[in-house]
Amino acid sequence: MSQNVQEQHHMSKNPQHVVTGKTKDFLTIVIEGQLFGIPILQVQDVLGELKVTKIPLAPPQVSGSLNLRGRIVTAIDVRKCLGLPPMERGEDEKLMSVVVNHDDELYSLIIDNVGDVLTLHEKDFEANPATLDIIWKSVSLGVYRLQGKILVVLDVPKLLLALHPAH
Amino acid sequence: MDDLIIEFLTETNESLMELDTDLIKLEQNPNDKDLISKIFRLMHTIKGTCGFLGLPRLETVAHRAENVMGRFRDGDLEVTAEYVSLILESLDRVRYLLGHIEEHGTEPEGNDTDLTTRLDAVYEGRDAFQTGQTTPGPVELPEEDPVEIAAHDPLADIFDTIEVSAPVSAQISPPAAIEPSHQPVAAAPPQTKEATESAVANQSLRVNMDVLENLMTMVSELVLTRNQLLQISRTEKENSFITPLQRLNHVVSDLQEGVMKTRMQPIGNAWAKLPRIIRDLSIELGKKIDLIMIGQDTELDRQVLDMIKDPLTHMVRNSGDHGIEVPAERVKAGKPETGKIHLRAYHEGGHIIIEIADDGKGLPTEKIRQKLVSNGLVTEEESKKLSPQQIHQYIFHAGLSTAEKVTSVSGRGVGMGVVRTNIEKIGGSIEMKSIEGKGSTFFIKIPLTLAIVSSLIVESAGERFAIPQLAVRELVLVSQKSENRIEMIKNTPVFRLREKLLPLVSLEDLLKIGQHSGENFEDRFEHKYIIVTQVGNYSFGLIVDQVFDTEEIVVKPVAKILKNIELFSGNTILGDGSVIMILDPGGIAKVTGENNLTDAAQDEQAAAEKLVSDKKTSLLVFTAGQGSPKAVPLSLISRLENIDMNTVEETDGQMLVQYRGALMPIIPFSDQMDLSKDKMKPLLVFADRGKSVGLIVDEIVDIREEIIDIQLDGKRKGVFGSAIISGKASEIVDVMHFLNSVHGDWFKDHGDDPFLASDKAKREGKSGTKRILLVDDSPFFRNMLCPLLTAAGYEVIAVDGPSKALELTERDENFDLIISDIEMPDMNGYDFATRVRASEKWQNTPMVALTSHATPEDIDHGYESGFDEYIAKFDRDTLLSTISKTLSRGADA
Repeated sequence: MSQNVQEQHHMSKNPQHVVTGKTKDFLTIVIEGQLFGIPILQVQDVLGELKVTKIPLAPPQVSGSLNLRGRIVTAIDVRKCLGLPPMERGEDEKLMSVVVNHDDELYSLIIDNVGDVLTLHEKDFEANPATLDIIWKSVSLGVYRLQGKILVVLDVPKLLLALHPAH
Repeated sequence: MDDLIIEFLTETNESLMELDTDLIKLEQNPNDKDLISKIFRLMHTIKGTCGFLGLPRLETVAHRAENVMGRFRDGDLEVTAEYVSLILESLDRVRYLLGHIEEHGTEPEGNDTDLTTRLDAVYEGRDAFQTGQTTPGPVELPEEDPVEIAAHDPLADIFDTIEVSAPVSAQISPPAAIEPSHQPVAAAPPQTKEATESAVANQSLRVNMDVLENLMTMVSELVLTRNQLLQISRTEKENSFITPLQRLNHVVSDLQEGVMKTRMQPIGNAWAKLPRIIRDLSIELGKKIDLIMIGQDTELDRQVLDMIKDPLTHMVRNSGDHGIEVPAERVKAGKPETGKIHLRAYHEGGHIIIEIADDGKGLPTEKIRQKLVSNGLVTEEESKKLSPQQIHQYIFHAGLSTAEKVTSVSGRGVGMGVVRTNIEKIGGSIEMKSIEGKGSTFFIKIPLTLAIVSSLIVESAGERFAIPQLAVRELVLVSQKSENRIEMIKNTPVFRLREKLLPLVSLEDLLKIGQHSGENFEDRFEHKYIIVTQVGNYSFGLIVDQVFDTEEIVVKPVAKILKNIELFSGNTILGDGSVIMILDPGGIAKVTGENNLTDAAQDEQAAAEKLVSDKKTSLLVFTAGQGSPKAVPLSLISRLENIDMNTVEETDGQMLVQYRGALMPIIPFSDQMDLSKDKMKPLLVFADRGKSVGLIVDEIVDIREEIIDIQLDGKRKGVFGSAIISGKASEIVDVMHFLNSVHGDWFKDHGDDPFLASDKAKREGKSGTKRILLVDDSPFFRNMLCPLLTAAGYEVIAVDGPSKALELTERDENFDLIISDIEMPDMNGYDFATRVRASEKWQNTPMVALTSHATPEDIDHGYESGFDEYIAKFDRDTLLSTISKTLSRGADA
């Protein structure tokens, strides 16, 4: 199951989610019951289960690498990045991941589940609550108030930069 | 059209095209000497070639233009803007003529007097500009010039058909004084030429590197996809895709090869700067240096080429600076004033070898040794134990320079280390040999390409990894229950590989995969593979669980967040679609503690091993009669036969057998043997020039490689003594005793003419027997060779060492030939040869080195020391033929 959401958008270099318009599109994902949103232009692909090769000596957040149509993609376990315990997966549940392009390299973010694409209004946007978990705060661009739920906007470049050896 | 003309057109057009860009600069800077010279050379070439090809009109233009350019070049005429236009006009005329030749195969009708008269005028200094009578000449040129009008005609045709473009073109004509003559011609002829140019002249094409790189990447992907498809088709035997897949396979392979070719460039491109560097260097340092380059056409990948460009430049510069001496010093050393640096490149099995050789002073071993000690790299004690070769290796160590003073050129002590690192980075290696006073040679071995690497796929703890085949020396399967077992020193696994300890690294431990807590190592290392890996001079073994096949893989860089893991050089996608990490042998060596001192230790070990293996001999072990097994050097035996004792006849107490149509004397090894008829017995046949002797034995037991350490024991005839062979005391057989027991009688019957004498010796037998001095510390070899040489008709004096041999000089002894061993305790063969060459008496005596120490470097060393020939021990035929050859050469001289 590989649906191509957006091909060849190199928007990740300038990931300003609030643009001049009133609305913005997000791909929603779920981690540990929490709704997250990734700016749609950063998303290259949504993947189902793929064979991941482990990379010895890599940082713990790196699950391994996989082959996406001839390109090597580095798989990142977002749960580990967020300091969450590994997910307990049922028999039928598949590993889901969202492929993003960062600095001309592809990364596959392993998450619990992928939801719909939502168009959100600027008026619902709010900065991170001051008391938010420090790790979460570092990878969140802010939150949207939805009906009955809160959506956290994931700062993908920041999430990945944290993994770079220099940091 | 004539091939020659086509070639001429292509070349000239290329040169003209190159000039085009420069011409713009000429307008800005009319006195650009380089450019003037370039045009001069072009005209000169055209003139020369045209005369040869019979193109008089072009020749005349080129000739006249060359005259003028010559004046500009020599600087006795200043290039003004007016002259620039004249130059441009000449070039355009050449272009027009070339175009016509290309189209019609002949020069156009008409002549160029209009242009040539003006050129001549300038040349002879009577033109308007020089005399000050300025005329608006250039502006009028287009109208005056019939040729240019002709050139315009096709353009006019275009105007007729394409009306829109006409006004545009018209607007281009600017009113500037220079350009009218330049612009129309430059614009028009190319347009008319285009069609023909593509057919004839443009057989080569400039393509942007990015396009090629992109193409390469795509072909790499295609290769991977093809591999995947092939893998699938292999698992499904019966399917209709097999035939088209095979075709695809071929096409992809061809395509890959083709695209690879586009990346290949002659190594000459990396050398282009070198002659200039050497020239400048020789001027700066007051030396005379010739740079000789061989194999410029050798092609290699552009990427590799870029990587070696700087190291090469550095090394050639080093050769010039450190290697070659100043003329006075060279003359003093008896060398020609002009030093030579040879640069050679050639292919050798998927690699390119680049040799940089100079005939300079070589590496100053003693100076480096002192430097090593003073820099604290080794202690005084250690340094004394190092061989010159080991000491030389330290020049690759950062912080060491042999130049006495730092010059602008070299001597800062950073160079060679960087050179080695750069070369090893691309999977290459560098070796050197240097002989003090004679020069140094460096050998660089580099892979042809980096993009696609042949790799071995291995498995460890269930994970697969690729390791570049270039670094893999061999594979060993180990089992803790057999001789091939892994041993532990503290927690470090080691392995005995041919009597040398190989440090081992467990890939599992290195990568921290797999769990082995509490398991004892015997169980852990049961049935594992050791990949013997070499990085530079450092060898180590990598323990893995499983070895699969080799695969051609396309190296892709690892993600940036993984860049700091030194153990991987990249990753790739295998034929089955899975991603796999590529191990970096250099990184592993670094992480597991390779450093230069272990290098030296390894070298020492290797040297020790070499010494031991020197004395190893292949021995045939047999039994005969009672007592211990007997052994005889295998190289002395020419054949093994089984004889039927019924066929043995006896004449005059000598046993004979009919063998290959002749009677062969045979001898039982011992009289205690059971020689009753109706038995088959093994027979060792010793043959020499058509004559043979057979030795009857009871049973052939084995062939062993052993170090012969004879405890001399002359009690029995036919036996040198006893040695331990495969754990048993065995007797080493003196073959010559048996040969003599037969042929000794033969000698008596036939006077002085020795039966076994070589043709040469026979001929010279009457005029006096040749005297040979044999120098060898081993009694075995002396005992073996004396009879052999005596039997071949030479008089042999054997001594057990060089000092004894040198004593003989003082006793007025003279020899026709000296044969010497190399490895001897008190003085080695090289030093001995040097001493002999220095002596008054024997300096012209031919010398033959006899040893199994025969690496090319040793051989070179041998020749340098004064040996005339270098041959392997036990190689009887070569020995005898070399002796007779050397002697006859000596006689002729």
